[in-house]
Amino acid sequence: MLFYDRMQFAFTITFHYLFPQLTMGLSLVIVYFKWKFLRSKIEKYNDAAKFCMKIFALNFAMGVVTGIPMEFQFGTNWAKFSELTGGIIGQTLAMEGMFSFFLESSFLGLFLFGEKLLGQKLHFATGFLVFLGSWASGYLIIATHSWMQHPVGFEILENGKFVLTNFGALFTNIWLWPSYLHNQAASLVTASFVVAAIGAFYLLNNKHNEFGKLFLKTGIVFGLISSLIVAFPTGDWAAKNVVKHQPITFAAMEGVFETEDAGSEIVLIGQPNMVEKKLDNKIAVPNVLSFLTYQKWDAQIKGLNEFDEKDYPTNVPGLYYAYHIMVGLGTIFIGLMLFASVQLFRKKLYKTRWVLWAIMLMLPFPYIANTAGWYTAELGRQPWLVYNLLRTSEGASPTVSSGNTLFTLLGFTGLYLLLGMLFLMLVGKIINKGPELIKH
Amino acid sequence: MEIFWYIVLTTMLAVYVILDGYDFGAGIIHLFFAKTEKDKKAITNAIGPFWDANEVWLIAAGGILFFAFPTLYASSFSGFYLPLIMILWLLIFRAIGLELRGQVHNKMWETIWDKAFGIASLLLALFFGVALGNIVRGVNLGNVVNGVSTQEAHYFFLPLWNPTFSPQTEQLGIIDWFTLFLGVVGVVSLTIHGANWIIFKTNSDLNAKLRKVVFNLNLVLLALVITSLLIWHIIEPKPFSNFTQHPWLWIFPLITLTGLFGLFKVQSFKKDGLGFLFSSLFLFGGLTSTIASIFPKVLPSTNTVNPDLTIYNVAADEYGLSVGVYWFAIAIVLVIIYFTIQYRVFKGKMDDVGYGEH
Repeated sequence: MLFYDRMQFAFTITFHYLFPQLTMGLSLVIVYFKWKFLRSKIEKYNDAAKFCMKIFALNFAMGVVTGIPMEFQFGTNWAKFSELTGGIIGQTLAMEGMFSFFLESSFLGLFLFGEKLLGQKLHFATGFLVFLGSWASGYLIIATHSWMQHPVGFEILENGKFVLTNFGALFTNIWLWPSYLHNQAASLVTASFVVAAIGAFYLLNNKHNEFGKLFLKTGIVFGLISSLIVAFPTGDWAAKNVVKHQPITFAAMEGVFETEDAGSEIVLIGQPNMVEKKLDNKIAVPNVLSFLTYQKWDAQIKGLNEFDEKDYPTNVPGLYYAYHIMVGLGTIFIGLMLFASVQLFRKKLYKTRWVLWAIMLMLPFPYIANTAGWYTAELGRQPWLVYNLLRTSEGASPTVSSGNTLFTLLGFTGLYLLLGMLFLMLVGKIINKGPELIKH
Repeated sequence: MEIFWYIVLTTMLAVYVILDGYDFGAGIIHLFFAKTEKDKKAITNAIGPFWDANEVWLIAAGGILFFAFPTLYASSFSGFYLPLIMILWLLIFRAIGLELRGQVHNKMWETIWDKAFGIASLLLALFFGVALGNIVRGVNLGNVVNGVSTQEAHYFFLPLWNPTFSPQTEQLGIIDWFTLFLGVVGVVSLTIHGANWIIFKTNSDLNAKLRKVVFNLNLVLLALVITSLLIWHIIEPKPFSNFTQHPWLWIFPLITLTGLFGLFKVQSFKKDGLGFLFSSLFLFGGLTSTIASIFPKVLPSTNTVNPDLTIYNVAADEYGLSVGVYWFAIAIVLVIIYFTIQYRVFKGKMDDVGYGEH
């Protein structure tokens, strides 16, 4: 029964988040272009902003239509969880609707159709409000997520209900800010890489060259800053929260099966072997994990061996891979953006074709890294819905049979396949047309 | 506190029905009456910049339901599992129909998305009417079989229909003749509403014809409303008990009738917005009267084993509800400001807004 519910939520949220992760970051890039235009009055920046807005609008529409099912699914598939915790997570989710969705959707219409009616300054303001709305949405979602990872400000009644006792605690949760900043920086990584990849595509095809250079330059600068922030300090903060409050999750993420008294090695590659409780084909660097975690080479890190197997994350290998894919890709992003920035600084970038190729082909990987990051967070929380308090198996809808859930899961799969194909076709069309043709 | 959030929720749902209702209605008009490319453009221009923000009222109302009445949210969303997921699919088709049509200039492409938009709008209007019917009729709470609950008292699950299509058996379905009847009321009233919006917001060649359509459909609607009052007694023996106890509640049916009869003068209105005003009154009055008639119940039980769900046994705890008032007050002021700005910028006729041109 639980299997299809989990599959459906995982599938629909994974697909959904492909779109907001771009729009949150891209809204900042759009505000930047629009601001450059206001300052310099150079038409190129306004065209770039409007071009990005076309891509934004398409992604936003996809985000909206795939987002509504998320809000519904708490009730349809996770009724028991909603009933027990709705008084708390309902707060932040209702606030998201009231504070950010109205803001975003009202001003997106104005930004898209109102440039002539509003004038340039107000048009910039509507763009800024769209950015604000989308970042507020991320904030409230991560506040909800943080409460599930690290519940605060509540008490549990005899009937099992979680009731709120401290509203402010939801927003001072130690889990919230590291996760939020980490996630927003990662969203900016996706947006930067998309902008840079479009620029590289134009330059390699020798068309829209002026915009190609602008997009490449902007994407690389934003990309370097954001991919650094993702790793340090935000990724570091987030990981330290996990070490402290979910040590078993941390052990599984890093593939630490045994506690080592002389300090733990950091695993670069290896496959978890859950039968023999070890990593196969391991490549690791001694003592580095201890140092990164506690700034001491011989600090002790708890291995999985110290915990009861029934509290293990449900899918240890999945969690381990998700985490390693995220970290591995994040490191590659920093390396590529550093090198590209150096080339940019030496004014050699636009001629170094292999770097342009690498940037263009890197396009899917920020999406993979963001997804892997969320899988790390979510698989890391399992087998809990509310960490240490409510198990996933206790949260599903009691009356919805697995046959009905499979029916809707198949429906979503087919529908989203169609949506995905349409999206790729249309976004390809916009990019191919380019900023000069798109503005009229 | 429960009553406050109950009023908030009802009001937000009414606003949603009035706002997205005209989108659905416009979609139905688009499906049946828009023959030329110019008519179709006029219709999509009239709703294009708004539909997205209108849909947010549904999401926001869902959020308020989740936060203020979590047990009702959990019970009804899992119990009405299939139709709710289908509503989601229809909302997706409606959205992509509207947004994708103008992206490629090809006759076949445009036809496909026109139909997707129109048919999805029609079915959504029907489904929302059916949904209201389900709430009025009630459900078999606790899935009682032969006098014994097979689930917790506040949970249930309804299939799409039962073989008899009857609203009075133990094993109910989502669609029976009663709920389907309210679905038809939903389609007719939203078609009128959508036509009024198009008349209000465009100078399209369709407008003269639409005034006639509104008048004729209004006759149908009058007949449907009278019929519904008659058959209501089959579902609920004393549908007016709340009104006789609290006579001030009669204001809601009065609003409904004002809207309904006002619309018969549609062909002589000087101002194009008046028709829209009257159909909004009808929708607002109709929804609030229906909800007021079952108050304080929010989901009646059709068996005698388990009690009705009322606003008092599904609400969140007192502290959470009180603290919510503060942020909600701020948020609703902001929302009103956004909508004022939005409707000011796009005031008047929308024929030249250029929605869907790429």
